[in-house]
Amino acid sequence: MTARAYPSAVAARRSPLSWPALGWIALVALIAAQLFGLLASPPERDMRHLQKIMYVHVPAAWNAFISFFIVFVASVRYLWTREERHDLLAASAAEVGTVLTGLTLMLGSIWGRPTWGVWWTWDARLTSTAVLFMIFVSYLALRAFTDDPERRARWSAAVGIFGALNVPIVYMSVRWWNTLHQIQSSPSTVDPSYAWGLRLNAIAVLLLLIYFVAKRYEIARAERDSEIRREERALRQEGGHA
Amino acid sequence: MSEEPGQRSLPGGDAISLRGITRRFGHKWALRGIELDVGLSELVVIQGPNGSGKSTLLRIIATAVVPTGGAGHVVGLDLRRAAAAIRSRCALLGSTNGLYEDLSARENLLFAARMLGVRQPAVAIADVLAQVNLTNDADERVRFYSSGMQRRLALARIMLREPQVLLLDEPFNALDADGADVVNALIARSIARGAAVLIVLHDLARLAHRPTRSLALGQGRLA
Amino acid sequence: MNTSSRPWDRVRAIAAKDLTAERRAKANIVSVTSFGALTLLVFGFAVGPDSATLRATAAGILWLAVLFSGVLVFHRSYQLELEGGALEALLLYPGERWEIFAGKVLANLSVVFLVELIVIPLAVVFYGIPVPSHWLALLAVVVLGTIGFVTLGTFYAAMASRARSREVLLPLLLFPMLVPVLLAASEGSAALLAGDPMGDAGAWLRLLIAFDVIFVLASLLIFQHIIEA
Repeated sequence: MTARAYPSAVAARRSPLSWPALGWIALVALIAAQLFGLLASPPERDMRHLQKIMYVHVPAAWNAFISFFIVFVASVRYLWTREERHDLLAASAAEVGTVLTGLTLMLGSIWGRPTWGVWWTWDARLTSTAVLFMIFVSYLALRAFTDDPERRARWSAAVGIFGALNVPIVYMSVRWWNTLHQIQSSPSTVDPSYAWGLRLNAIAVLLLLIYFVAKRYEIARAERDSEIRREERALRQEGGHA
Repeated sequence: MSEEPGQRSLPGGDAISLRGITRRFGHKWALRGIELDVGLSELVVIQGPNGSGKSTLLRIIATAVVPTGGAGHVVGLDLRRAAAAIRSRCALLGSTNGLYEDLSARENLLFAARMLGVRQPAVAIADVLAQVNLTNDADERVRFYSSGMQRRLALARIMLREPQVLLLDEPFNALDADGADVVNALIARSIARGAAVLIVLHDLARLAHRPTRSLALGQGRLA
Repeated sequence: MNTSSRPWDRVRAIAAKDLTAERRAKANIVSVTSFGALTLLVFGFAVGPDSATLRATAAGILWLAVLFSGVLVFHRSYQLELEGGALEALLLYPGERWEIFAGKVLANLSVVFLVELIVIPLAVVFYGIPVPSHWLALLAVVVLGTIGFVTLGTFYAAMASRARSREVLLPLLLFPMLVPVLLAASEGSAALLAGDPMGDAGAWLRLLIAFDVIFVLASLLIFQHIIEA
């Protein structure tokens, strides 16, 4: 039996980031941060308690952009090194990012309804987030419709890089567009009594993001490793080397 | 031909040298570890059943396809790092003709001539058209050609070049006796010129030359 | 026989080949242009006959018509290579992969400009757009917007044309990326048509230029990674 030049899948790759401990810490941090936000800061003048939705909406938005940044870096590293693990990391970050982006949009809409009387407003941040959501979705669709893993990795990397390059441009263009049409925008979040609540929640969601991406990555690696082992077996099975 | 920086003669074939080449498509392995050495002026035949990976092997040597694993050199140039340089020195007549059906034969050849940078393209094109006996149909759209005519056109396109490595994938397909003569003449000229010729064939009957070596490709491995 | 070609020769050869094939299949460009005209008509019905509304929405709808017809052009560009296995032969010529991209972009630009040459006057007629004094700036907006659109369209079509569900995949990939172009082109055109009282058009033009530069460079760099036999 030839020695396999292939490290054992799960044991070697279990990074501390996917330990359940981090998951628990993140959950506790989130609960604590939410409680802080709900209890420690006063209701906003006009919006009262509705404003508290910002404590989930804004951290989700920030972390959605962070996950996109991870997709970008992992995509570049994949094209540079052609090492599959970067592609798997990009895909994992994209999945989590899509959920966070969707959450941001939903919460933005829920906040908007009682505030402006409409379910949607075309303000810069919300609209840019909607476009970001669609870019994530198209990334995942491309992956779903491409069978060959190597081609899927290369194509996803290209789409991920292009999408990331476009994010600031989309944001700027939508913002200019807003100023031309006087769109009502989301409230300012610079009120100091809110700053701490936002930061704490942002960190808590970031911990959750890291945990989920690491976990998803671990699963993806394990799947891929078992697939490769199967292929290696098939490769060896047709007699020995010529 | 000019030397590329980093081009050097290697142990192994000085035209083609492959070590451990593998190629996977999805979950299927087309090539499972190919070791191959071919020298200049050699005529090597590879036989094998359908699906044995013959076409993939030729495509990898011609750099149309990147191998999943392994390494290789064509005329001393690395497959992965010097692919563009290899393409200047290596020509492949594929199993599909790769023609633009809405264009005429002449237009297809003109495109090829411009991509290759052939000097005096009109003269060269007229010359190869005559060799494959397509002069009279040169301005008809390829869409209306028979499969034999299309194959001859693909052959004509290859004859616009004088590569150091000539790869032929089932060159006799769809050709009659006259067409087969053209192929054999091309092979003879190339060998005489000092090129390496690697042919994938179903059966050797129509090949008019004795190969230097005959190999068999089965289930992705060479024997 | 000594042969050697230069990059620009190859780019031109590819563009010429694509355009010749396009000219041959005349039915194609006619149906694409008809589709653009049809889109204008149908949107007109959807928006309603009020001339003020039509004029206000004209620029946006025009660009949508261009987008929808353009997608058809990009698909065709790769269909050409996929039937008869021409793509493999294309990848065997000397030269770099970005040359293939550049040639195709040039060919697609010509075709889309031709479609716009028909569709824009139609929009002027259907939507009652006044002829503007700043027509040169307007031309710049159209040209720059089209360059961004065709660059990204040609890039994404290289992938989408070979994946499953290609009809939906190309718009799905392409349209979110075109939001800045759509905004800049619509708003820039609208401003210029109204005489550009606020001088906004300049900012939109700069955005288009930046967008084009970034994505032309990115496409040329990354195309080699997404194209293969």
